[in-house]
Formats: sequence, structure tokens, C-alpha cells
Amino acid sequence: MESKTGTWTEKKGLAQMLKGGVIMDVVNAEQARIAEEAGACAVMALERVPADIRADGGVARMSDPDMILKIMDAVSIPVMAKCRIGHFVEAQILEAIGVDYIDESEVLTPADEEHHILKHNFKVPFVCGCRNIGEALRRIGEGAAMIRTKGEAGTGDVVEAVRHARTVIGAIRQLQGMGDEELMTFAKNNGAPYELVREVKTLGRMPVVNFAAGGVATPADAALMMQLGVDGVFVGSGIFKSGDPSRRAAAIVKAVTHYQDASILAEVSKNLGEAMVGRNTSQMPEAEKMAGRGW
Amino acid sequence: MKIGVLALQGDFAEHISMLKRIGVNTVEVRLPEHLNFLDGLIIPGGESTTIGKLAVAYGLMEPLKEFGRQHAMWGTCAGAIFLSKDVSREQPLLGLMDIKVQRNAFGRQVDSFETDLEIDELMKATGTEHPYHAVFIRAPLIESVHGDAKILSALEDGRIVAAQEGHLLATSFHPELTNDTRFHEYFVSLAS
Repeated sequence: MESKTGTWTEKKGLAQMLKGGVIMDVVNAEQARIAEEAGACAVMALERVPADIRADGGVARMSDPDMILKIMDAVSIPVMAKCRIGHFVEAQILEAIGVDYIDESEVLTPADEEHHILKHNFKVPFVCGCRNIGEALRRIGEGAAMIRTKGEAGTGDVVEAVRHARTVIGAIRQLQGMGDEELMTFAKNNGAPYELVREVKTLGRMPVVNFAAGGVATPADAALMMQLGVDGVFVGSGIFKSGDPSRRAAAIVKAVTHYQDASILAEVSKNLGEAMVGRNTSQMPEAEKMAGRGW
Repeated sequence: MKIGVLALQGDFAEHISMLKRIGVNTVEVRLPEHLNFLDGLIIPGGESTTIGKLAVAYGLMEPLKEFGRQHAMWGTCAGAIFLSKDVSREQPLLGLMDIKVQRNAFGRQVDSFETDLEIDELMKATGTEHPYHAVFIRAPLIESVHGDAKILSALEDGRIVAAQEGHLLATSFHPELTNDTRFHEYFVSLAS
């Protein structure tokens, strides 16, 4: 019997192994080890966390492969890395060095303002951001094997993460109440592939794992997203821009596991030091928001 | 019959839905008291370091060891690592099964694979003849079995991917990601 690699089951399956876990942004091997030690189920290797990308301005690109390889050497958990939206050559490079998951991410400066990468062409699985069900299903249609609601990265303000998770999960509920004859119009109105709309209605959930991202800064934020119904949480700037990263990281891991247990949440929220400073997204000009990138 | 699934991190929901399909009652186990009145426990796939750290943090190590000495327990992938005695690195292990495991033995995600396995014990127990389609994801390998542990399944080249020691079961692949309920049925037979 021959073996098959890079199948849809394999791609979706790795994301299923990450469920109930926290994926942390790290910028070097030392942070990666701190994240693993704190119980992260995977790390996202990148040169600058979103808060710094915001502060620095300019064009944000894929990270140096050497830096990603050093992080891959430092930890035993899966390593993800980001490429620009539509930049399929950055994705080819990340696949060649053997990262476990590619994030085609709005946090970097888009390389194509009309098209995303055709992710079915790759053996390595992809995760993509979404703000609503149409965007999520378009990405899955292109081959994304995992979805994350976008939130607003690098702000420490959870409001956009809540908005996007509620929008996606609300649409799933709405679909379940619909008759089959209404699905084509739903697909049209949401710009979503019809077959995937049908699948969501049948399953009563996304056809792939769905994490929350963009603005999670505290254990309570993480548990809030879990209670809203996501499968796990990405934490970017929230950990290594805080006063005591390793303590906060471990607390967020515990909060995601025990997200329904308020007394444990109270315990892990104690004495974490300063949270990241944060930026209120309601006062942020539209042009500065990253979540609008993606088509 | 009530089977618990360790729900610290990983694909516990997939195991629960397989168990429900074969008509078994399930419980999510996050704290020691959740082990009461269970007939067996599954440790799911996920990240073994994450699962181990959370088990230590919430006082589950001793209760899980105690539970496994008397009840059926099955670890898939990360769960198999957690059940083993030795993984050649420092991380929390239950050490219930006399097996040596190598983590990420097949490489990184791009090397993850699906293949068919002939598992005599499983076919005999379920009265079936077709091979078992196994899904490996950044999978560990069972390097060697010792003492009372025996090989349940190996790849064509002889590398061990499933082992059993009395009422304890370890698979480096993920039956919970397939539509084939035979492994879950086999485990439930060990628990009853």
C-alpha cells in the first residue's frame, strides 16, 4: 500500500490537533522556547509582532528563512510562518524550508490586491483570516485548511475579534434555520461558494477548524473567544509585549482549557503584571486597520 | 458504559463524536474529579507537551496513573506519547505503558501521510476483513515494546505504529479523524 502525503485530511487534521490550544507569535528562538514551556500548542515565527509592524510602518514581508529555521530547531511543537496575501512565491519558500503551516496574513503588506494564493497547489496547509462567513468560505474554497477570525492585530483591543467571531458564528446559526432553496441566494449575497454553504448548513459548523485572533491580551479575552464558540486562540503581541510574558502565556493556555470555569479563570488572572498597552480600535482611522485587507 | 476523553487540549471533540456514533456515553475530563465513575479514558491527539503541562498544573498525573492501573486507557498520537515510559526528552509522561516512543519520527507536516494497515487483532475482534486506513499527523513512532507490551500493528518496513499492554492501547495514528469506528469499538471492548 502506498502512502499519500499532503491530502486534505492531513491538512485539516493538523489544525484539529491544535484545537483547545494557544498559538503564540514569537520573534526568536528564545521566545519560542518560552512559549513552548508555557504550553503553546504551536508558534508563529515572524520578525516583528503586529504591534511593532504598526509602529514601524513601511512594507511588512515574509521573515528571513534563517530566523524561521532557528525557531524550528528550538522547539518540538509545530511552527507556522506568515506570507503576504497573494505572494505565492513567499509561500513556496516557506514550504521549501518545511514550516508546518503557512498563514497568508493581512498583518503583512498584501502583494496582490485582487487574488489570494491558490492554496490547493501546496502540500503544506494554510490558515487564513476572515471577518465573515463569505470571506471564510472563499479562503476554504482556495484551499485554506484552517480559518481564524481576524480581529485587529497588534491593538490589544478584543472588540474586533468579538465582532468577527460573532459575525461568523451568527451566520452559521442563521444557515441552519434556512431551507435548502434559500442557500443559493445566501451564497450569492455572501460571495461564498455554494457547495461550502451547503456543507456548513449540514455540519452546523465550519468545515475546518476556526481560531480567534487579533486583539487577545488577557486570559479573560481568550476564554471569552472560546465561550463565543471558536476552537482555539492566536495570541500575537499580547504576550511578548506584556510585563511578564512567560506567566501571561501560561495563564492564557490554562484559560483556553478551562474556559468555562470562572473560578479557575479568576485564579489564573491574578498577578500577571502589565498587559500590553493596547490601542483603542474605535479611534483608529480605517486606513490603519489591517482587517480590511483580504478580498 | 461511560468513557472519558481527556479534554486539556487537542482533538477530544472528534473522539467524543466517534464514541457517540457507537452509542457510548462520554465525559470531558479536565480535572481529577471528572475521572469518577468512568470505565475507560481516551487521551486524544494534540501537543503532548501542552497536555503534559496542563495535567501537571491541575494535579492530574497521579489520578491518571492510578486510573490507568485499573481501567482501559487509549492514547492516540500525543496520547500515545503521554502513556509511554520513555520519549528520550524531558516532558511529563504517565509511564503506564512499557514502550519507547520517538516524537515527530516521520518529519514535519509536509511528511504527514495516510496509509492502509493490516491489523489482525482489530479485524478478528470486529469480524471484518478490510484493511484499516490510518491517518498519521506529525506522528510519533513506537521505537520498541518491552515487558508485557506487544505490537499491534507495524508499517511494511517493520516500524511499530500501534501497541497494546493488557487494557492499555497506544496508536501513533488518528482513528478519530476517519469514519471507521472499529478502533473505538475495539477500545470499548477492552473497557467492558
